[in-house]
Amino acid sequence: MKASAESILEVRDLVKHFPLTQGIIVKRQIGAIKAVDGVSFDLHRGETLGIVGESGCGKSTLAKLLMALERPTSGSVRIHGKDITKAKGAELKRMRRNIQMVMQDPYTSLNPRMTVGDIVGEPFEIHPDVAPKGDRRRRVQELLEVVGLNPDHINRYPHQFSGGQRQRIGIARGLALQPEIIICDEPVSALDVSIQAQVMNLLERLQNEFGLSYIFIAHDLSVVRHISDRVAVMYLGKIVELGTDSEIYDSPTHPYTQALLSAVPVPDPEGRETRQRIILQGDPPSPANPPSGCHFRTRCWKAQDICAQQVPVLERRPGSDHPSACHFAEVRDVVNAQ
Amino acid sequence: MTEVLSEQVGSGSRSGALLEVDNLHVEFHTRAGVAKAVNGVTYSVDAGETLAVLGESGSGKSVTAQTIMGILDMPPGKITGGEIRFRGVDLLKLPEDQRRKIRGEGISMVFQDALSALNPVFPVGWQIAEMFRMHRGTSRAEAKKKAIELMDRVRIPAAKDRVNDFPHQFSGGMRQRIMIAMAIALDPEILIADEPTTALDVTVQAQIMELLAELQRESNMGLILITHDLGVVADVADKIAVMYGGRIVEHAEVHDLYKNPAHPYSKGLLESIPRVDHKGQELYAIKGMPPNLLEMPSGCAFHPRCPYRRETCETDVPPLYTISGTRGSACHYWREVIDEGQR
Ligand SMILES: Nc1ncnc2c1ncn2[C@@H]1O[C@H](COP(=O)(O)OP(=O)(O)OP(=O)(O)O)[C@@H](O)[C@H]1O
Ligand SMILES: Nc1ncnc2c1ncn2[C@@H]1O[C@H](COP(=O)(O)OP(=O)(O)O)[C@@H](O)[C@H]1O
Ligand code: SF4
Ligand code: SF4
Ligand SMILES: [Mg+2]
Ligand SMILES: [Mg+2]
Repeated sequence: MKASAESILEVRDLVKHFPLTQGIIVKRQIGAIKAVDGVSFDLHRGETLGIVGESGCGKSTLAKLLMALERPTSGSVRIHGKDITKAKGAELKRMRRNIQMVMQDPYTSLNPRMTVGDIVGEPFEIHPDVAPKGDRRRRVQELLEVVGLNPDHINRYPHQFSGGQRQRIGIARGLALQPEIIICDEPVSALDVSIQAQVMNLLERLQNEFGLSYIFIAHDLSVVRHISDRVAVMYLGKIVELGTDSEIYDSPTHPYTQALLSAVPVPDPEGRETRQRIILQGDPPSPANPPSGCHFRTRCWKAQDICAQQVPVLERRPGSDHPSACHFAEVRDVVNAQ
Repeated sequence: MTEVLSEQVGSGSRSGALLEVDNLHVEFHTRAGVAKAVNGVTYSVDAGETLAVLGESGSGKSVTAQTIMGILDMPPGKITGGEIRFRGVDLLKLPEDQRRKIRGEGISMVFQDALSALNPVFPVGWQIAEMFRMHRGTSRAEAKKKAIELMDRVRIPAAKDRVNDFPHQFSGGMRQRIMIAMAIALDPEILIADEPTTALDVTVQAQIMELLAELQRESNMGLILITHDLGVVADVADKIAVMYGGRIVEHAEVHDLYKNPAHPYSKGLLESIPRVDHKGQELYAIKGMPPNLLEMPSGCAFHPRCPYRRETCETDVPPLYTISGTRGSACHYWREVIDEGQR
């Protein structure tokens, strides 16, 4: 399916700061963890937007904000023009139908005491108008079939399934309300290589069949490239670069993107002796206390004085046609130039 | 290797590699039945060499490593056959006091989960120093000095100031460095790294892999790298052993295996991974699921998932056929698989 230009999700200046408190009896706020710190992007109909970045950079928090599972500190998340962060009660419930989530861990995200039928059919309990009671069993069996599970296993429990099958159960549940948007938070990272391919192929097939739009969060850059039309690279709560898969992977301009890509081992031993690597020193700084100016400057080999003083905005820069949040953005092909 | 050790574990008399695992069998006796976790594993590694052991979770990689180290839980574990020769001597026949000596000084190991492998209530420097006190009887002050040196060697910034910090005060990557410091403290000849970077980000993974390579260059250790990441293997391995259902199904030099796999499982794995250097079409997916060790399929354990399967595969267990001096495949039809090349 070709992604259209129509935006079904518009995220603007989204911020989530978790208060950092001290004291047990009298809690004093001594700062804030800037988990998401000014994120804007659009998601188009039928498109997959990949989100990559190191652990703790705010990917899951962003996902929760989009689902309205967390209230943002500021900013907006519009689905078909309506802001879900401001929605309440019946309206929020209706909007949530349209945006569903598949979670990272197929081992802990499913309730062990519920049968597969109950798990996949649970959204119908919350939204009874979607499927009348008498029709639910059939609907659940259809969903199981769609994701490649045996519909006769409707009365089994999660522990009777493998990791890959449990992830399918999670996907079937995500599909139940026929949403337009599905947020996948690390949907394949807990799975073995041979099972990863099965689940990724399933996600792609469902997208074509139902015209779904995906936000696909993962730390595996190869997986993200495979499935995404566009990719956003996050660092300490901000998007630092955003572009089509080939803009990001073949002509990245942000030093962080370049370092991240260059760290991915290529599954081919040919030419490995001469392969150039950018090895970043240290770990990302704490989101409670990010560096001034460009958050990446403490690990950046190109940093200048201006980087400590001015926050680089995410915008198109000379010499490249996709946005990058670096004062000295410059194309460097680190993946193929080896 | 210290001189004391060379006396205990013979030297010079061996003909094979530094460490040889030979037809090892390990089972677990559980309430659900007997799980044959390791069913005839054979691999070897020499000084300065890197062997990658590749396989999906549950294929027996860690159990093999634990058996080499002599830290397998017995019961429920039980070694039912095979030898593990270090410098030509079968470790499985040595008394525990001699094995304890070899652990750390001859062969040592880095575990996947550094947080749970470190003791949360002791400072990291103390834990590293303990290696010297226990094995060498080094004095407290001297051991602490050595711990700081080691923390420097694994590139922990400001090691001197951090020697008294506790594990939870370090990031995941730093904790893995501390584990590596403990593992190399006594200059082992063989280092087993069990998924040392699986829980880490790619940028940190690159740092750790570079550190391991440097340490190996400096000391000429033999390295057994256990992983399921085909990218990491391609980057660092000299040779590969691919495990499936507790067996080695293919072993080869790294270039040979990537160019031209000789077992349908290795071939399927190579074809099913997405790549960062090109977008690619629909992924090839190996169908079905990894085997249940309590009910291993008859014949070739891979047969329910294998596109090359014939009738014989359901009844005859394929031996590890020799393809060349450095290469073997446990597939009856390895010629056909090799001839076809990569799809
Ligand atoms: N409820 C919370 N209270 C306080 N801090 C939080 C909370 N949730 C997340 N954080 C912090 O916000 C930051 C971003 O967390 P988040 O879970 O979004 O990261 P992530 O990118 O999903 O990481 P990973 O790749 O490890 O899943 C982290 O520093 C995290 O510790
Ligand atoms: N202490 C134990 N008791 C019972 N079964 C075990 C035990 N340790 C490992 N196993 C089983 O042995 C098999 C191989 O495990 P392991 O070597 O850890 O696999 P991996 O290749 O992922 O490292 C698995 O099926 C595992 O469940
Ligand atoms: S703005 Fe400066 S510090 Fe930030 S990425 Fe660009 S060059 Fe590096
Ligand atoms: S022996 Fe048969 S089933 Fe096993 S890998 Fe070879 S062809 Fe496939
Ligand atoms: Mg997360
Ligand atoms: Mg393991």
